[in-house]
Amino acid sequence: MSLGMTLLVALRALRRNAMRTVLTALGMIIGVSAVIVMVAIGNGARSSIEANIRAVGSNVVNVNAGSFGMGPVRMGAGNTTSLTPEDAAAIREEVPGIRYLSPGVNLRTQIVSEATNWGTQVQGAGPDLAQIRSWSTEFGSFFGEQETRTAAKVAVLGAVVRDELFGPGADPTGAMIRIRNQPFRVIGVLTRKGQAAMGPDQDDTVVIPYTTAQRKLLGITHIQSIMLSAEDGVPLDRVSTSITNLLRIRHNIIGDQDDFMVRTQDEMTSLFTSTTDTMTWLLAGIAAVSLVVGGIGIMNIMLVSVTERTREIGLRLSLGARDVDVLLQFLVEAVVLSLVGGTIGLALGFGASYGVGRVVGWPTLVSSDAILLAFGFSAAIGVFFGFYPARKAARLDPIEALRYE
Amino acid sequence: MAQPVIAVRDLTKVYHLGEVDVHALRGVSLDIHPGEFVALTGASGSGKSTFMHLLGCLDKPTSGDYHLKGRDVSKLSSRTLAEVRNREIGFVFQGFNLLSRTTALENVEVPLLYARVRARERHARAREALDAIGLGERLDHHPNQLSGGQQQRVAIARALVNRPSLLLADEPTGNLDSRTSIEVMGIFQQLNAERGITIVLVTHEHDIAEYATRIVSFRDGRVRSDRPVPVRREASAELVTLVEQMAREELSA
Repeated sequence: MSLGMTLLVALRALRRNAMRTVLTALGMIIGVSAVIVMVAIGNGARSSIEANIRAVGSNVVNVNAGSFGMGPVRMGAGNTTSLTPEDAAAIREEVPGIRYLSPGVNLRTQIVSEATNWGTQVQGAGPDLAQIRSWSTEFGSFFGEQETRTAAKVAVLGAVVRDELFGPGADPTGAMIRIRNQPFRVIGVLTRKGQAAMGPDQDDTVVIPYTTAQRKLLGITHIQSIMLSAEDGVPLDRVSTSITNLLRIRHNIIGDQDDFMVRTQDEMTSLFTSTTDTMTWLLAGIAAVSLVVGGIGIMNIMLVSVTERTREIGLRLSLGARDVDVLLQFLVEAVVLSLVGGTIGLALGFGASYGVGRVVGWPTLVSSDAILLAFGFSAAIGVFFGFYPARKAARLDPIEALRYE
Repeated sequence: MAQPVIAVRDLTKVYHLGEVDVHALRGVSLDIHPGEFVALTGASGSGKSTFMHLLGCLDKPTSGDYHLKGRDVSKLSSRTLAEVRNREIGFVFQGFNLLSRTTALENVEVPLLYARVRARERHARAREALDAIGLGERLDHHPNQLSGGQQQRVAIARALVNRPSLLLADEPTGNLDSRTSIEVMGIFQQLNAERGITIVLVTHEHDIAEYATRIVSFRDGRVRSDRPVPVRREASAELVTLVEQMAREELSA
């Protein structure tokens, strides 16, 4: 019998027991939609993390001051004083392919305005930071080389800090604030970037020249980090290797006891996404259990169906059906059953993903992978769990099947 | 004489039921020629059903030869036997065995599906077969909308649709009342006489066997007697008498 007719016969048999078909397919529907939703939540989390990291700026390499050892005692990251503005200058001079570079000195402290105060992150940075992180200003402007060289007491506020100190939407350029009892002039407000899904609020920050942070606030000569961006098309791993080699020479490091860490954006991205990937697969794995349960439901109902239709099978055999014809008939029926369940489950999973996205506020993303996975899985389950009942039908003895009451 | 449709030599069949061997057939030899109408009779356990299953290629003999239209089918694989059943043999069963919730036309088309006949030709041939059997008006009826006699006619149409060499009828009147039985036997006699179709009929009722031209009677797995029917019953004539009789009874009542 042709495959088209086999399909038609299978559809008829399924329609004949509509209620049973629906209940059996329900197992697949729940399983597939669960997998879709779980993968959608995982993918959503992943893509929002990727977007956040990308928002930091493209082609970004971070150099952080690392740990240093005093005998057996190893201090934590950021405790060395060995990373200096001279290192930053050397990197800029000697490593090819660098476009922007900004030394960093950060501290957490209280910011005081005339009316109120607010505790926040103060970032000491170079004038290139605005380019590296693609920041624009809502009011005023970012500081430049001049302010950095002279360690000027100027500050650029994040939108949240502006809201807290001067009221939402206000233009505080020219106003004075105090950081650690030193007066700073507000010269700009950064355009709002919005709350990130992970990490600190990008708008809850104050940016000042790193030289000012070093000399006027902390009294240090070293820096904590260097953020830089490469020219387009320059491979980041080569940049990061060059920086590592350069700093090893400058810091007289032999062996692998580096007192700094170089991280590219790719490494940061993969660090975070590998975690969400693990979670996604875990969730999808749990959901896949319900797919297997659905498959067992299909097998069960197919076995019942074979028993019920023993006489029909005997008749078909006597009319010239070959064993493969009977096998295919029941196999196709099982696959159709699981695919119908898979399709409805897919639609339901789409809806549920969207609903979760809207109601709970989690980012969700239904990927084409998940759709293919769900379809492939349900077809495979149809074949796997449908094969045993189908083989049982195909192996029936025509005479006994015809006599079956 | 022409080549026999069925040529059977020393056919035996042994069933192994646990420890016991059951000798259902103990050496049967038989020729059936084209156009014959043979009735196989015998008590239950006589081996007639086993013999019919072997003739129908539903089972393989333990030993012996079976040539169907000159082809040795006793040693074919089960897949090839399925094709032989499809092309060479038409089955009519006691319980009609029509697919429920499937129209008469579609029921008749089933053997053509397995013969991979294209849709257009399939419909045409199924329609033709139903027309020939007098059910051209009821193509779209489901079995539960048909009487027992009509259902058996659909089954006969299905058996003939692939133009087989042999029509095998297993107790075809077992589920029918006597008048419908005569009607169905009338169809067999007509097909046999007008179209020369070779028919093998299995029945345990002697009066039904007398519609055939030859009776082969079985006992204990052997052919006990093989003789022509001396006075053959004519279904069409009996039917006329029966209708007249019923009309008289109605008048007098």
